[in-house]
Amino acid sequence: MAATQKEIVDGLAEIVNEIAGIPVEDVQLDKSFTDDLDVDSLSMVEVVVAAEERFDVKIPDEDVKNLKTVGDATDYILKHQA
Amino acid sequence: MSPTNRTVVVTGIGATTPLGGDAASTWEGLIAGKSGVKPLEQDWAAEQAVRIAAPVAVEPTEVIPRPQARKLDRSAQFALIAAQEAWKDAGFEAKAGETPASAADAAGSVDPDRLGAVIASGIGGVTTLLDQYDVLKEKGVRRVSPHTVPMLMPNSPSANVGLLVGARAGVHTPVSACASGAEAIGYAIEMIRTGRADVVVAGGTEAAIHPLPIAAFGNMMAMSKNNDDPQGASRPYDTARDGFVLGEGAGVIVLESAEHAAKRGARVYAEAVGQGISADGHDIVQPEPEGRGIAHALQNLLERTDLDPAEIVHVNAHATSTPAGDVAELKALRKVFGDEADHFAVSATKSMTGHLLGGAGGVETVATVLALYHRVAPPTINIENLDPEAEAHADIVRGEARKLPVEGRIAALNDSFGFGGHNVVLAFRTV
Repeated sequence: MAATQKEIVDGLAEIVNEIAGIPVEDVQLDKSFTDDLDVDSLSMVEVVVAAEERFDVKIPDEDVKNLKTVGDATDYILKHQA
Repeated sequence: MSPTNRTVVVTGIGATTPLGGDAASTWEGLIAGKSGVKPLEQDWAAEQAVRIAAPVAVEPTEVIPRPQARKLDRSAQFALIAAQEAWKDAGFEAKAGETPASAADAAGSVDPDRLGAVIASGIGGVTTLLDQYDVLKEKGVRRVSPHTVPMLMPNSPSANVGLLVGARAGVHTPVSACASGAEAIGYAIEMIRTGRADVVVAGGTEAAIHPLPIAAFGNMMAMSKNNDDPQGASRPYDTARDGFVLGEGAGVIVLESAEHAAKRGARVYAEAVGQGISADGHDIVQPEPEGRGIAHALQNLLERTDLDPAEIVHVNAHATSTPAGDVAELKALRKVFGDEADHFAVSATKSMTGHLLGGAGGVETVATVLALYHRVAPPTINIENLDPEAEAHADIVRGEARKLPVEGRIAALNDSFGFGGHNVVLAFRTV
Protein backbone atom coordinates (compact mmCIF):
# COMPACT_ATOMS: atom_id res chain seq x y z
CA MET A 1 0.00 0.00 0.00
CA ALA A 2 1.39 3.36 -1.03
CA ALA A 3 2.31 5.86 1.64
CA THR A 4 0.53 9.23 1.84
CA GLN A 5 2.37 12.55 1.72
CA LYS A 6 2.01 12.90 5.48
CA GLU A 7 3.33 9.39 6.11
CA ILE A 8 6.34 10.13 3.92
CA VAL A 9 7.16 13.43 5.67
CA ASP A 10 6.78 11.75 9.08
CA GLY A 11 9.01 8.89 7.94
CA LEU A 12 11.68 11.27 6.60
CA ALA A 13 11.50 13.21 9.86
CA GLU A 14 12.26 10.05 11.83
CA ILE A 15 15.15 9.19 9.51
CA VAL A 16 16.64 12.70 9.69
CA ASN A 17 16.23 12.68 13.46
CA GLU A 18 18.10 9.37 13.69
CA ILE A 19 20.93 10.47 11.39
CA ALA A 20 21.38 14.17 12.16
CA GLY A 21 19.69 14.54 15.54
CA ILE A 22 17.26 17.21 14.25
CA PRO A 23 13.91 17.28 16.15
CA VAL A 24 11.17 15.60 14.08
CA GLU A 25 8.94 18.70 14.21
CA ASP A 26 11.65 20.73 12.42
CA VAL A 27 11.57 18.46 9.39
CA GLN A 28 9.11 20.30 7.09
CA LEU A 29 8.47 20.22 3.33
CA ASP A 30 10.32 23.48 2.67
CA LYS A 31 13.46 22.54 4.63
CA SER A 32 16.76 21.97 2.79
CA PHE A 33 18.59 18.83 3.89
CA THR A 34 22.03 20.49 3.74
CA ASP A 35 21.24 24.07 4.76
CA ASP A 36 18.54 23.53 7.39
CA LEU A 37 18.79 19.95 8.65
CA ASP A 38 22.55 19.40 9.10
CA VAL A 39 22.60 16.53 6.59
CA ASP A 40 25.97 16.56 4.81
CA SER A 41 26.59 14.80 1.50
CA LEU A 42 27.61 11.50 3.11
CA SER A 43 24.72 11.56 5.54
CA MET A 44 22.37 12.28 2.60
CA VAL A 45 23.33 8.88 1.21
CA GLU A 46 22.25 7.37 4.52
CA VAL A 47 18.93 9.25 4.37
CA VAL A 48 18.33 7.97 0.85
CA VAL A 49 19.13 4.35 1.71
CA ALA A 50 16.88 4.46 4.77
CA ALA A 51 14.07 6.04 2.71
CA GLU A 52 14.43 3.42 -0.02
CA GLU A 53 13.98 0.68 2.52
CA ARG A 54 11.13 2.32 4.35
CA PHE A 55 9.07 3.32 1.31
CA ASP A 56 10.02 0.48 -1.05
CA VAL A 57 11.41 2.81 -3.68
CA LYS A 58 14.64 2.95 -5.68
CA ILE A 59 16.43 6.32 -5.75
CA PRO A 60 19.34 6.12 -8.23
CA ASP A 61 22.50 8.11 -7.35
CA GLU A 62 21.94 10.47 -10.29
CA ASP A 63 18.53 11.49 -8.88
CA VAL A 64 19.82 12.14 -5.35
CA LYS A 65 21.34 15.51 -6.32
CA ASN A 66 17.88 16.79 -7.26
CA LEU A 67 16.48 16.08 -3.79
CA LYS A 68 17.37 19.39 -2.17
CA THR A 69 14.42 19.74 0.19
CA VAL A 70 12.19 17.45 2.18
CA GLY A 71 9.46 18.42 -0.32
CA ASP A 72 11.63 17.25 -3.26
CA ALA A 73 12.19 13.90 -1.59
CA THR A 74 8.53 13.52 -0.65
CA ASP A 75 7.37 14.23 -4.22
CA TYR A 76 9.95 11.80 -5.61
CA ILE A 77 8.85 9.02 -3.28
CA LEU A 78 5.12 9.68 -3.93
CA LYS A 79 5.77 9.37 -7.65
CA HIS A 80 8.11 6.38 -7.63
CA GLN A 81 6.97 4.17 -4.76
CA ALA A 82 5.98 0.63 -5.72
CA MET B 1 67.44 29.02 22.95
CA SER B 2 67.87 28.60 19.18
CA PRO B 3 64.69 28.40 17.13
CA THR B 4 65.52 24.78 16.22
CA ASN B 5 66.07 23.59 19.78
CA ARG B 6 63.21 25.07 21.72
CA THR B 7 62.11 23.94 25.18
CA VAL B 8 58.78 22.06 25.17
CA VAL B 9 56.35 21.86 28.08
CA VAL B 10 53.10 20.07 28.90
CA THR B 11 50.24 22.48 29.57
CA GLY B 12 47.13 20.30 29.29
CA ILE B 13 46.09 16.72 29.97
CA GLY B 14 43.04 14.62 29.17
CA ALA B 15 42.09 10.96 29.31
CA THR B 16 39.27 8.47 29.12
CA THR B 17 40.34 5.09 30.44
CA PRO B 18 39.15 1.92 32.16
CA LEU B 19 39.65 3.77 35.47
CA GLY B 20 37.72 6.95 34.70
CA GLY B 21 36.18 9.26 32.14
CA ASP B 22 38.79 11.98 32.64
CA ALA B 23 42.40 12.47 33.72
CA ALA B 24 41.52 13.27 37.37
CA SER B 25 39.46 10.12 37.94
CA THR B 26 42.04 8.03 36.07
CA TRP B 27 44.80 9.38 38.31
CA GLU B 28 42.68 8.75 41.41
CA GLY B 29 42.19 5.13 40.31
CA LEU B 30 45.88 4.67 39.58
CA ILE B 31 46.97 6.00 42.97
CA ALA B 32 44.35 3.88 44.74
CA GLY B 33 45.59 0.76 42.94
CA LYS B 34 42.24 0.01 41.29
CA SER B 35 41.83 -2.52 38.51
CA GLY B 36 39.71 -1.63 35.48
CA VAL B 37 39.54 -5.24 34.25
CA LYS B 38 36.14 -6.92 33.97
CA PRO B 39 34.63 -10.12 32.60
CA LEU B 40 33.42 -9.77 29.00
CA GLU B 41 29.64 -10.15 29.13
CA GLN B 42 28.96 -9.90 25.38
CA ASP B 43 27.40 -12.94 23.66
CA TRP B 44 30.45 -13.37 21.44
CA ALA B 45 32.73 -13.71 24.45
CA ALA B 46 31.36 -17.10 25.47
CA GLU B 47 33.38 -19.03 22.89
CA GLN B 48 36.61 -17.04 23.34
CA ALA B 49 39.60 -18.41 25.22
CA VAL B 50 40.08 -14.89 26.63
CA ARG B 51 36.93 -13.57 28.34
CA ILE B 52 38.29 -10.53 30.20
CA ALA B 53 39.16 -6.97 29.16
CA ALA B 54 39.36 -3.43 30.52
CA PRO B 55 36.60 -1.36 28.89
CA VAL B 56 36.40 2.41 29.38
CA ALA B 57 34.70 3.48 32.63
CA VAL B 58 32.46 6.00 30.83
CA GLU B 59 30.86 5.07 27.50
CA PRO B 60 31.76 7.71 24.88
CA THR B 61 28.15 7.97 23.75
CA GLU B 62 27.35 9.42 27.19
CA VAL B 63 29.63 12.34 26.31
CA ILE B 64 29.42 12.81 22.52
CA PRO B 65 26.01 13.62 20.98
CA ARG B 66 24.65 10.69 18.97
CA PRO B 67 24.61 12.33 15.50
CA GLN B 68 28.33 13.09 15.88
CA ALA B 69 29.20 9.80 17.57
CA ARG B 70 27.70 7.66 14.80
CA LYS B 71 30.14 9.17 12.29
CA LEU B 72 33.17 8.35 14.45
CA ASP B 73 34.93 5.07 15.13
CA ARG B 74 35.09 4.30 18.83
CA SER B 75 38.84 5.05 18.81
CA ALA B 76 38.17 8.55 17.44
CA GLN B 77 35.41 9.06 20.03
CA PHE B 78 37.92 8.36 22.82
CA ALA B 79 40.50 10.65 21.22
CA LEU B 80 38.02 13.53 20.90
CA ILE B 81 36.92 13.22 24.53
CA ALA B 82 40.50 13.20 25.82
CA ALA B 83 41.57 15.99 23.45
CA GLN B 84 38.64 18.20 24.43
CA GLU B 85 39.58 17.79 28.09
CA ALA B 86 43.28 18.49 27.46
CA TRP B 87 42.47 21.52 25.27
CA LYS B 88 40.30 23.10 27.99
CA ASP B 89 42.76 22.08 30.69
CA ALA B 90 45.47 24.01 28.83
CA GLY B 91 43.30 27.11 29.07
CA PHE B 92 42.18 27.28 25.45
CA GLU B 93 38.57 28.35 25.34
CA ALA B 94 37.76 28.13 21.66
CA LYS B 95 38.90 26.53 18.46
CA ALA B 96 42.12 28.14 17.16
CA GLY B 97 41.34 31.12 14.95
CA GLU B 98 38.04 31.81 16.68
CA THR B 99 37.75 34.51 19.31
CA PRO B 100 37.41 33.07 22.81
CA ALA B 101 33.96 33.70 24.26
CA SER B 102 35.12 35.36 27.47
CA ALA B 103 38.80 36.30 27.39
CA ALA B 104 39.64 39.13 25.04
CA ASP B 105 43.37 38.74 25.72
CA ALA B 106 45.71 36.18 24.19
CA ALA B 107 45.70 33.86 27.23
CA GLY B 108 43.44 31.33 25.62
CA SER B 109 44.44 31.53 22.00
CA VAL B 110 46.91 30.16 19.49
CA ASP B 111 47.51 30.93 15.81
CA PRO B 112 45.92 27.99 13.90
CA ASP B 113 48.88 27.97 11.48
CA ARG B 114 51.12 27.27 14.50
CA LEU B 115 48.91 24.52 15.95
CA GLY B 116 49.30 20.80 15.22
CA ALA B 117 47.66 17.49 16.16
CA VAL B 118 49.38 14.11 16.39
CA ILE B 119 47.14 11.28 17.58
CA ALA B 120 47.90 7.63 16.91
CA SER B 121 46.37 4.23 17.38
CA GLY B 122 47.89 0.82 16.87
CA ILE B 123 45.10 -0.79 14.88
CA GLY B 124 42.93 2.09 13.65
CA GLY B 125 39.19 1.79 13.07
CA VAL B 126 39.09 -1.96 13.41
CA THR B 127 35.60 -2.18 14.92
CA THR B 128 34.16 0.00 12.13
CA LEU B 129 35.91 -2.10 9.48
CA LEU B 130 34.65 -5.39 10.89
CA ASP B 131 31.14 -4.15 11.70
CA GLN B 132 30.70 -2.75 8.19
CA TYR B 133 31.96 -6.00 6.69
CA ASP B 134 29.21 -7.73 8.68
CA VAL B 135 26.71 -5.23 7.22
CA LEU B 136 28.01 -5.95 3.71
CA LYS B 137 27.64 -9.70 4.14
CA GLU B 138 24.32 -9.65 5.97
CA LYS B 139 22.48 -6.69 4.39
CA GLY B 140 24.26 -6.06 1.11
CA VAL B 141 26.31 -3.41 -0.66
CA ARG B 142 23.72 -0.63 -0.49
CA ARG B 143 23.64 -0.70 3.33
CA VAL B 144 27.39 -0.17 3.89
CA SER B 145 27.72 3.20 5.63
CA PRO B 146 29.03 6.06 3.45
CA HIS B 147 30.96 7.15 6.56
CA THR B 148 32.97 3.90 6.65
CA VAL B 149 36.22 5.18 5.10
CA PRO B 150 36.58 8.42 7.10
CA MET B 151 35.73 6.35 10.19
CA LEU B 152 38.15 3.46 9.73
CA MET B 153 41.20 5.25 8.33
CA PRO B 154 44.01 5.17 10.92
CA ASN B 155 44.42 8.96 10.73
CA SER B 156 40.77 9.52 11.62
CA PRO B 157 41.41 10.26 15.34
CA SER B 158 44.16 12.79 14.53
CA ALA B 159 42.15 14.37 11.71
CA ASN B 160 39.07 14.72 13.93
CA VAL B 161 41.10 16.16 16.80
CA GLY B 162 42.75 18.53 14.33
CA LEU B 163 39.30 19.71 13.22
CA LEU B 164 38.16 20.03 16.84
CA VAL B 165 40.93 22.45 17.79
CA GLY B 166 41.50 24.02 14.37
CA ALA B 167 45.03 22.73 13.73
CA ARG B 168 46.70 23.82 10.49
CA ALA B 169 50.45 23.39 11.17
CA GLY B 170 50.18 19.65 10.44
CA VAL B 171 48.13 16.65 11.50
CA HIS B 172 50.00 13.36 11.78
CA THR B 173 49.54 9.70 12.68
CA PRO B 174 52.69 7.68 13.34
CA VAL B 175 51.84 3.98 13.57
CA SER B 176 54.06 1.58 15.50
CA ALA B 177 51.68 -0.89 17.18
CA CYS B 178 51.81 -0.48 20.97
CA ALA B 179 54.41 2.28 20.74
CA SER B 180 52.12 4.45 18.57
CA GLY B 181 50.81 6.75 21.31
CA ALA B 182 54.32 7.46 22.59
CA GLU B 183 55.64 7.95 19.07
CA ALA B 184 52.86 10.48 18.46
CA ILE B 185 53.94 12.46 21.51
CA GLY B 186 57.58 12.19 20.45
CA TYR B 187 56.67 13.49 17.00
CA ALA B 188 54.77 16.38 18.57
CA ILE B 189 57.73 17.30 20.78
CA GLU B 190 59.90 17.45 17.66
CA MET B 191 57.37 19.63 15.82
CA ILE B 192 57.67 22.22 18.58
CA ARG B 193 61.38 21.77 19.31
CA THR B 194 62.29 22.35 15.66
CA GLY B 195 59.95 25.31 15.27
CA ARG B 196 57.21 23.85 13.04
CA ALA B 197 54.52 24.56 15.63
CA ASP B 198 53.97 26.38 18.93
CA VAL B 199 51.24 24.10 20.29
CA VAL B 200 50.50 20.45 19.45
CA VAL B 201 47.71 18.24 20.78
CA ALA B 202 49.16 14.74 20.99
CA GLY B 203 48.43 11.29 22.29
CA GLY B 204 47.20 7.79 21.63
CA THR B 205 43.87 6.01 21.43
CA GLU B 206 42.62 2.48 20.91
CA ALA B 207 39.29 0.67 20.73
CA ALA B 208 39.88 -2.98 19.91
CA ILE B 209 37.63 -4.88 22.30
CA HIS B 210 36.01 -6.87 19.50
CA PRO B 211 35.88 -10.64 18.93
CA LEU B 212 38.43 -10.67 16.09
CA PRO B 213 41.35 -8.88 17.81
CA ILE B 214 40.64 -10.83 21.01
CA ALA B 215 40.62 -14.17 19.15
CA ALA B 216 43.78 -13.17 17.26
CA PHE B 217 45.78 -11.96 20.27
CA GLY B 218 44.48 -14.98 22.20
CA ASN B 219 45.73 -17.37 19.53
CA MET B 220 49.13 -15.67 19.61
CA MET B 221 49.31 -16.69 23.28
CA ALA B 222 49.88 -13.00 24.04
CA MET B 223 46.90 -12.47 26.37
CA SER B 224 46.15 -13.60 29.90
CA LYS B 225 43.56 -16.38 30.08
CA ASN B 226 43.04 -15.84 33.79
CA ASN B 227 39.27 -15.52 33.25
CA ASP B 228 38.44 -16.55 36.81
CA ASP B 229 40.26 -13.59 38.35
CA PRO B 230 39.76 -10.58 36.03
CA GLN B 231 41.09 -7.97 38.46
CA GLY B 232 44.16 -10.04 39.23
CA ALA B 233 44.89 -11.07 35.64
CA SER B 234 47.19 -8.20 34.60
CA ARG B 235 50.21 -8.91 36.79
CA PRO B 236 53.46 -7.46 35.46
CA TYR B 237 56.59 -8.78 37.24
CA ASP B 238 54.69 -11.57 39.01
CA THR B 239 56.15 -15.03 38.45
CA ALA B 240 52.70 -16.25 37.29
CA ARG B 241 52.16 -13.52 34.63
CA ASP B 242 50.65 -15.10 31.53
CA GLY B 243 50.06 -12.26 29.07
CA PHE B 244 48.42 -8.86 28.78
CA VAL B 245 44.79 -7.86 29.32
CA LEU B 246 43.31 -5.79 26.51
CA GLY B 247 42.26 -2.28 27.55
CA GLU B 248 40.72 0.61 25.61
CA GLY B 249 40.66 4.39 25.86
CA ALA B 250 42.80 7.41 25.09
CA GLY B 251 45.30 9.74 26.69
CA VAL B 252 46.06 13.14 25.17
CA ILE B 253 48.31 16.01 26.24
CA VAL B 254 48.81 19.56 25.03
CA LEU B 255 52.46 20.27 24.28
CA GLU B 256 53.63 23.83 23.89
CA SER B 257 56.83 25.78 23.44
CA ALA B 258 57.93 27.08 26.83
CA GLU B 259 57.99 30.56 25.35
CA HIS B 260 54.40 30.38 24.06
CA ALA B 261 53.20 28.97 27.39
CA ALA B 262 54.96 31.70 29.36
CA LYS B 263 53.58 34.43 27.11
CA ARG B 264 49.99 33.40 27.80
CA GLY B 265 50.65 32.56 31.46
CA ALA B 266 49.69 28.91 31.10
CA ARG B 267 50.06 26.41 33.92
CA VAL B 268 52.96 24.06 33.18
CA TYR B 269 52.73 20.45 34.39
CA ALA B 270 56.21 19.40 33.32
CA GLU B 271 58.90 19.87 30.72
CA ALA B 272 58.89 17.36 27.86
CA VAL B 273 62.63 16.80 27.75
CA GLY B 274 62.69 14.63 24.65
CA GLN B 275 62.69 11.12 23.32
CA GLY B 276 64.85 8.15 22.47
CA ILE B 277 63.80 5.91 19.60
CA SER B 278 65.18 2.68 18.19
CA ALA B 279 64.17 -0.52 16.44
CA ASP B 280 65.05 -4.03 17.65
CA GLY B 281 65.81 -5.55 14.24
CA HIS B 282 65.12 -8.88 15.93
CA ASP B 283 61.64 -10.36 15.39
CA ILE B 284 58.21 -9.25 14.23
CA VAL B 285 56.59 -9.94 17.62
CA GLN B 286 59.14 -11.30 20.12
CA PRO B 287 61.06 -8.76 22.21
CA GLU B 288 64.83 -9.01 22.03
CA PRO B 289 65.42 -10.92 25.32
CA GLU B 290 68.36 -8.85 26.61
CA GLY B 291 66.68 -5.52 25.92
CA ARG B 292 69.36 -4.47 23.43
CA GLY B 293 67.00 -2.34 21.30
CA ILE B 294 65.48 -0.74 24.39
CA ALA B 295 68.96 0.09 25.69
CA HIS B 296 69.75 1.68 22.33
CA ALA B 297 66.65 3.90 22.66
CA LEU B 298 67.66 4.90 26.19
CA GLN B 299 71.18 5.75 25.01
CA ASN B 300 69.74 7.86 22.19
CA LEU B 301 67.65 9.71 24.75
CA LEU B 302 70.74 10.51 26.84
CA GLU B 303 72.77 11.56 23.81
CA ARG B 304 70.10 13.76 22.26
CA THR B 305 68.86 15.59 25.38
CA ASP B 306 70.32 17.19 28.50
CA LEU B 307 68.49 14.70 30.74
CA ASP B 308 70.48 14.11 33.93
CA PRO B 309 70.21 10.45 35.06
CA ALA B 310 70.70 11.60 38.66
CA GLU B 311 67.31 13.37 38.43
CA ILE B 312 65.36 10.32 37.23
CA VAL B 313 63.22 9.02 40.08
CA HIS B 314 60.40 7.24 38.26
CA VAL B 315 59.79 5.02 35.26
CA ASN B 316 56.36 4.25 33.88
CA ALA B 317 57.36 0.91 32.39
CA HIS B 318 55.96 -0.64 29.25
CA ALA B 319 55.56 -3.92 31.25
CA THR B 320 52.49 -5.56 29.72
CA SER B 321 52.52 -8.68 31.93
CA THR B 322 54.09 -10.97 29.33
CA PRO B 323 56.77 -13.45 30.44
CA ALA B 324 59.56 -12.19 28.13
CA GLY B 325 58.97 -8.45 27.72
CA ASP B 326 58.72 -7.30 31.33
CA VAL B 327 62.23 -8.37 32.33
CA ALA B 328 63.98 -7.35 29.07
CA GLU B 329 62.96 -3.74 29.75
CA LEU B 330 64.39 -3.80 33.28
CA LYS B 331 67.64 -5.32 32.03
CA ALA B 332 67.96 -2.47 29.53
CA LEU B 333 67.40 0.17 32.21
CA ARG B 334 70.08 -1.41 34.37
CA LYS B 335 72.47 -1.79 31.45
CA VAL B 336 72.25 1.87 30.47
CA PHE B 337 71.93 3.54 33.86
CA GLY B 338 73.93 1.16 36.10
CA ASP B 339 73.72 2.14 39.78
CA GLU B 340 71.62 5.22 38.91
CA ALA B 341 68.74 2.79 38.29
CA ASP B 342 68.66 2.16 42.05
CA HIS B 343 66.67 5.39 42.50
CA PHE B 344 64.11 4.66 39.75
CA ALA B 345 60.70 3.84 41.24
CA VAL B 346 59.37 1.57 38.48
CA SER B 347 55.60 1.34 38.01
CA ALA B 348 53.61 -0.86 35.63
CA THR B 349 50.27 0.91 35.40
CA LYS B 350 49.01 -1.69 32.89
CA SER B 351 48.41 -3.82 35.98
CA MET B 352 45.40 -1.50 36.52
CA THR B 353 44.39 -0.19 33.08
CA GLY B 354 45.20 -3.27 31.04
CA HIS B 355 47.12 -2.74 27.81
CA LEU B 356 45.63 -0.01 25.63
CA LEU B 357 47.90 -0.88 22.66
CA GLY B 358 48.28 2.37 20.69
CA GLY B 359 46.47 4.20 23.49
CA ALA B 360 48.99 3.07 26.11
CA GLY B 361 51.66 5.68 25.31
CA GLY B 362 49.05 8.42 25.62
CA VAL B 363 47.51 7.28 28.89
CA GLU B 364 50.88 6.42 30.41
CA THR B 365 52.28 9.82 29.47
CA VAL B 366 49.36 11.38 31.32
CA ALA B 367 50.23 9.12 34.29
CA THR B 368 53.95 9.98 34.08
CA VAL B 369 53.33 13.72 33.90
CA LEU B 370 50.90 13.57 36.82
CA ALA B 371 53.36 11.45 38.82
CA LEU B 372 55.92 14.25 38.47
CA TYR B 373 53.37 17.00 39.09
CA HIS B 374 52.03 15.36 42.27
CA ARG B 375 55.37 13.73 43.13
CA VAL B 376 53.79 10.32 43.62
CA ALA B 377 54.48 7.08 41.73
CA PRO B 378 51.46 4.85 41.12
CA PRO B 379 51.74 1.23 42.21
CA THR B 380 52.06 -2.01 40.28
CA ILE B 381 49.21 -4.16 41.56
CA ASN B 382 48.76 -7.94 41.59
CA ILE B 383 52.35 -8.88 42.40
CA GLU B 384 52.02 -11.88 44.72
CA ASN B 385 55.39 -13.39 43.92
CA LEU B 386 57.85 -10.88 42.51
CA ASP B 387 59.90 -12.39 39.69
CA PRO B 388 63.48 -12.61 41.09
CA GLU B 389 64.82 -11.47 37.71
CA ALA B 390 62.73 -8.30 37.96
CA GLU B 391 63.80 -7.74 41.56
CA ALA B 392 67.45 -8.15 40.61
CA HIS B 393 67.32 -5.36 38.06
CA ALA B 394 64.89 -2.76 39.41
CA ASP B 395 63.04 -1.22 42.34
CA ILE B 396 59.39 -2.02 41.57
CA VAL B 397 56.67 0.07 43.24
CA ARG B 398 54.56 -2.79 44.62
CA GLY B 399 51.04 -2.77 45.98
CA GLU B 400 50.74 0.88 47.05
CA ALA B 401 51.64 4.26 45.60
CA ARG B 402 54.98 5.68 46.67
CA LYS B 403 55.93 9.29 47.38
CA LEU B 404 58.65 10.75 45.19
CA PRO B 405 61.24 13.29 46.47
CA VAL B 406 59.36 16.43 47.55
CA GLU B 407 62.16 18.85 46.66
CA GLY B 408 64.43 19.57 43.72
CA ARG B 409 64.01 18.89 40.06
CA ILE B 410 62.92 15.33 39.33
CA ALA B 411 62.56 13.48 36.03
CA ALA B 412 60.65 10.44 34.81
CA LEU B 413 60.63 8.13 31.80
CA ASN B 414 57.71 6.62 29.94
CA ASP B 415 58.60 3.49 27.96
CA SER B 416 56.51 2.13 25.08
CA PHE B 417 57.39 -0.75 22.78
CA GLY B 418 55.45 -2.31 19.94
CA PHE B 419 55.15 -5.39 17.75
CA GLY B 420 57.58 -4.87 14.92
CA GLY B 421 60.37 -4.03 17.37
CA HIS B 422 59.58 -0.34 17.89
CA ASN B 423 61.07 1.25 21.01
CA VAL B 424 60.07 4.73 22.18
CA VAL B 425 61.19 6.31 25.44
CA LEU B 426 59.86 9.73 26.46
CA ALA B 427 61.42 11.84 29.21
CA PHE B 428 59.73 14.49 31.33
CA ARG B 429 60.91 16.56 34.30
CA THR B 430 59.54 19.08 36.76
CA VAL B 431 59.96 22.78 36.03
